[in-house]
Amino acid sequence: MSLITKYVLISIDEDTLIAGARKVESELNRILAEQGLSSEIMVVETGTMGIMGKGVVMLIQPDDVTYVNVTPEDVREIVSEHLLKGRPVKRLQFTGKVDQSVISFRETAQELKKQNRVVLANSGLIDPESIDEYIAVNGYEALGKALTAHKPEEIIDMVKTSGLRGRGGAGFPTGLKWSFTAPLKNTPKYIVCNADEGEPGTFKDRLIMEGDPHKLIEGMAIAAYAIGAEKGFIYIRGEYALSISRTQKAIEDARAYGLLGKNIFGTSFSFDLEIKKGAGAYVCGEETALINSLEGGRGNPRVKPPFPGVKGLWQQPTVVNNVETLSNIPSIILNGPEWFKSIGTEKSTGTKVYTILGHVNNPGLIEVEMGTTLRDIIYKYAGGVKGGKFKCALVGGAAGAFLNEEMLDVRMDYDHLGEYKAVLGSGAILVMNEESCIVDMLRNILFFFKHESCGKCSPCRIGTAQLYSLADKIYSGKGSDEDLEQMLTLSEAMSTTALCALGQSPYLVIHTAVRFFQDEIEEHIRRKVCMKDICRMNGAERR
Amino acid sequence: MKRKEILRKYEAKPDNLLYILHDIQDASPYNYVTEEDMEEIADFLGLPYSKVYGTATFYSMISQKPRGKHVIRLCDSPPCHLMGSESILDILKEELGIDVGQTTPDMLFTLEITSCLGVCGVAPAMMIDEEVFGNLTPKKLRKIIKDYREGNV
Repeated sequence: MSLITKYVLISIDEDTLIAGARKVESELNRILAEQGLSSEIMVVETGTMGIMGKGVVMLIQPDDVTYVNVTPEDVREIVSEHLLKGRPVKRLQFTGKVDQSVISFRETAQELKKQNRVVLANSGLIDPESIDEYIAVNGYEALGKALTAHKPEEIIDMVKTSGLRGRGGAGFPTGLKWSFTAPLKNTPKYIVCNADEGEPGTFKDRLIMEGDPHKLIEGMAIAAYAIGAEKGFIYIRGEYALSISRTQKAIEDARAYGLLGKNIFGTSFSFDLEIKKGAGAYVCGEETALINSLEGGRGNPRVKPPFPGVKGLWQQPTVVNNVETLSNIPSIILNGPEWFKSIGTEKSTGTKVYTILGHVNNPGLIEVEMGTTLRDIIYKYAGGVKGGKFKCALVGGAAGAFLNEEMLDVRMDYDHLGEYKAVLGSGAILVMNEESCIVDMLRNILFFFKHESCGKCSPCRIGTAQLYSLADKIYSGKGSDEDLEQMLTLSEAMSTTALCALGQSPYLVIHTAVRFFQDEIEEHIRRKVCMKDICRMNGAERR
Repeated sequence: MKRKEILRKYEAKPDNLLYILHDIQDASPYNYVTEEDMEEIADFLGLPYSKVYGTATFYSMISQKPRGKHVIRLCDSPPCHLMGSESILDILKEELGIDVGQTTPDMLFTLEITSCLGVCGVAPAMMIDEEVFGNLTPKKLRKIIKDYREGNV
């Protein structure tokens, strides 16, 4: 038996697959075999390493060298120079910051606990398709502990104490949500994972599922135990093929190991999971719409109350939680609520996973403590703004808010952002440089709302169409001051009258756009010019 | 008949509706569900036709119009838009000679706009059938369309 001297971790996720990761991997395996190195150098498929838009990404350990934009033609050089002679190939080396999402092999479990990675702790480190690797990093230990050493009420208390709040956008305290459903005697109850990630610019849940699907399954099983559910559903976007296949495999492997199914860990607790695929409707991310879709119908939201916690799927008590929320649960149970509270801010505990995109040098995925400033996220982790000066960031997706330069030092958490009437939302940060036009972006976002409105309630059905047509007038040089005024009043009315968050959301994005960029918008209205030369002011219909 | 075979795979439960619609659409050479399809699904599940029609028309992945062999779905969500999806759309329209929502006369391509595909790290992006293409540039786009036209995929 020979000793493994080096590990090549190759990131296999939707982004790297597009860039040809499989070709690079097979070329690597071919050359290693050709050179007789297959037994010394181990190629490991992992989830994302948090680096996006840079092609195929690989990490060589224990050297801690990350390569980006690797093509099959580069592989021979990497093998002969780096793996054989120990000389890293400089031209392919990634120089940005990676340590937030990639864990060095040399770290021990103890050191790991000091770090602020919770949800993505294993992502990019273990093979997401191997249940054994997950178990090797304390996987399913939290479930075992929960089932054998704690009563369901104790689990809910721990989650309450931890201060964990929903990571899907609304920020509702998770333990409190569970506590409404747990005492109900009406069975069966259900736990549903909302993986219908449709907020533009958000793909954290996809990468969590691609990188560490067992963590989600473990979190769901613990949640099910706490609320008294025996059946769970994961509602995944139909477009997320790799998430679906990896999560499906993880469910089957967990079943084979008795970690799902009857009498888990020899207790009286039984639980099983099923994946349901969505079919392309943004509104299905709203929990009651998601439940309608699970039942096979149109994804229209329901009138609340009754809340799903009381009457949800098939009118039974149902808890709906986001992927990231559930993926936090195992660590909370394992390390205790006090540990979790020590991360983040007083009222927003733990970490947050962000996708950072647009005009930045290193778009990608990061997990940082709650309360990290936008400035740090953009400049420390995403390598700064690309192609010009910072103009603003759209934080929280279409349902989010524009934050300009004066907001760069606001701490990013539920409460600090709330003070400025902004939201953390799904964690999407879309950075725009000075070359971009606010009217163009606003029109694009309002078209999105119009397109995705389900049509059930009038404020949203009529309001989103009206908002888009007003924005389009401004965009094509036909707008008036009254049009802008109307956008403000209409969206405000919608924010209090629409049935669900979709119709309530345009308010925030319109108001922050006007608050920070009124001059630019008025330029489009009064002078009929777009200084960035993006808006098509000739009035031609474009869609 | 294909439709009957697909229905036979399923239990007649209303929550299977969306899956049946997906399957029947996938089996159609023109990527859509017909009125007869929907009528038969309604009978099979014991649902009113309006319920089946309502569901089929709700989801953007299900079509009631014949579509081309390849469905091109360009993302124009804010991240892709910011990175230039609009000029990509102009080129697509020009290359294919059709507008959004239309199908080429040879029934090879249908052009659609989609909401966020969740691959924003490689924006601007599009999907052709099940395949995702990112970091689109005019040159890359023309090459992809050419490959599909010539059947090199």
